[in-house]
Amino acid sequence: MTDRTITDPKPADTTTSDLKTSDSTKFLSHLELDQPDKTFLDSNELVINMGPQHPATHGVLRVILKLDGEKVLGTECVIGYLHRGVEKIAENRTYTMFNPYVDRMDYVAAVSNGLGYCEAVEKLLNIEAPPRAKYIRVILTELNRMASHQLWLGTHALDIGAMTPLFYTFRDREEILKIFEKYCGARLTTHAFRIGGCQYETYEGFERDVIKFLDFVPPKIDEYEELLTTNRIWLERTKNVGVISRADAIALGVTGPVLRASGVKWDLRKAQPYAAYSDFDFEIPIGANGDTYDRYTVRMEEMRQSLRIIRQAVERIPEGPIMAKVPKVMKPPVGEIYHSIEAPKGELGYFIVSDGSTQPYRIRVRPPSFVNLQALDVMVRGALVADVIAVIGTLDIVLGEVDR
Amino acid sequence: MPEEIKSSTPPGGESKPAAGHAPAAPAKPAGATAVPWESAMVAKLKGQYGSGIRESSTYLGQNYIVVEPSIVAELLQILRDREQFDYCVDITAVHYPDREKQFDLVWILYSFPRNERIRVKTLIADGESVRSAVSVWATANWLEREVFDMFGIRFDGHPDLKRILLPDGWKGHPLRKDYGIIQQDQEWVKANLGIESGQ
Repeated sequence: MTDRTITDPKPADTTTSDLKTSDSTKFLSHLELDQPDKTFLDSNELVINMGPQHPATHGVLRVILKLDGEKVLGTECVIGYLHRGVEKIAENRTYTMFNPYVDRMDYVAAVSNGLGYCEAVEKLLNIEAPPRAKYIRVILTELNRMASHQLWLGTHALDIGAMTPLFYTFRDREEILKIFEKYCGARLTTHAFRIGGCQYETYEGFERDVIKFLDFVPPKIDEYEELLTTNRIWLERTKNVGVISRADAIALGVTGPVLRASGVKWDLRKAQPYAAYSDFDFEIPIGANGDTYDRYTVRMEEMRQSLRIIRQAVERIPEGPIMAKVPKVMKPPVGEIYHSIEAPKGELGYFIVSDGSTQPYRIRVRPPSFVNLQALDVMVRGALVADVIAVIGTLDIVLGEVDR
Repeated sequence: MPEEIKSSTPPGGESKPAAGHAPAAPAKPAGATAVPWESAMVAKLKGQYGSGIRESSTYLGQNYIVVEPSIVAELLQILRDREQFDYCVDITAVHYPDREKQFDLVWILYSFPRNERIRVKTLIADGESVRSAVSVWATANWLEREVFDMFGIRFDGHPDLKRILLPDGWKGHPLRKDYGIIQQDQEWVKANLGIESGQ
């Protein structure tokens, strides 16, 4: 954290109007700094920067905080440090060539990104992946959800001061990455799926590996919970912290576990099933208070539900082809499509406009992290500085996806 | 697919219908063309706005309506209040430089009670603005800022309309079709990064 106002060489002479011209406050027009009758020392208000280089911001996120002592009066996020122009790149690549790029948005849940993109283009081409491919997709996507949640738990707990869960979750996440590596050769940016199905058939012993993992991991989840769920410090740091009401969550377009923790029982896997999700039994966990603790319990339960889905999928995986018949040169007919999936972070959507050529005319990515991050301000107003860290963690953002 | 072509004709007239799809998986003719979409809601809106609703269609099972820019703000309010579209999924735009009205502005809405999606589309010219939807859905704030950043479309009444992903002083709007893929604001790069080019 840099504290620009406090390192000012002449703080006593600094009036609020001087403060307004300083660099860090030029973004703060809406925070009403104008109090001409007060000097800086009277006001007790500080404007400080958190980030962009700060370990608890999970990437390069800069949050400008307006503080009264330890109390947060308002925040403003400055984003875009990782902007690569993914949507512009898409317009200059063919549908197939763009496929690996989507892995690099939410890079801890690359499989989900790929699933959403492939399904969107398939819809536009009016083809459908064969059942076996759909099952493979579900297994890998749910494994990826698990990996994403484990990474979230480890880093979130670390931010709040509990170091041990990080080692536990990374140890167990490794097993998932090993399955990915054996399946497609990559651990993070997997590029696991192709438009029309999957490129690779499952490797020899894939089912065995997955079932082994399913037996291995439930006691580990209990282990994480033993460390945290009833831990007094954890409760103090998460209960009633970063509360977002049901109405606010809906108005702010928040999705995923954050929305569910506020009591909205909505999951795209159930509401508008895609891939093979309509074949499986699973529950949608929800919270009651919309606080950081509820979001924690929701995600913990989601991990268990993911395991349930994976087990059903592995046991019932059908035989058959893994690729639909896809034309070598993909030219979707002129038209538009919006397709979205339940990514680990929330609703991940692709809006694709085709002009009938081999390259998409426009691809818009609806990023869950970007939209969820907007809720930060509502969630931390009136809270303490330390809670900002907890709330950034609980939102589970990936800046690669926020900035695209 | 005549309806669809009318609303989104690409530049350069390259809109040949895709060929070579014959061997593709079982064709679903029902979804392959845009067909008029009739429902109680659409009838009600048409009764209210008449020709303000220019088109209501279904393409590949997805419903969309194309409306006049002058009624869009009011319509969005009605869709949320009366028709329960309480969740604004996304706001985005598409640029067609060869058209007189260069931009398609698209709102993707979802209704939790109805479990239904709808796209609202309006065509606007370069420099034309529409009323901001921030008072309807708070989420529109950042989404509209992104549209402004990427396309230069202004939203009247937005509380804080400024760039969001690109730096404040940047010139140009990258998702316009006349903005090259390796183009950048050289002046900004020189002044702020101290290098000749970021490429």
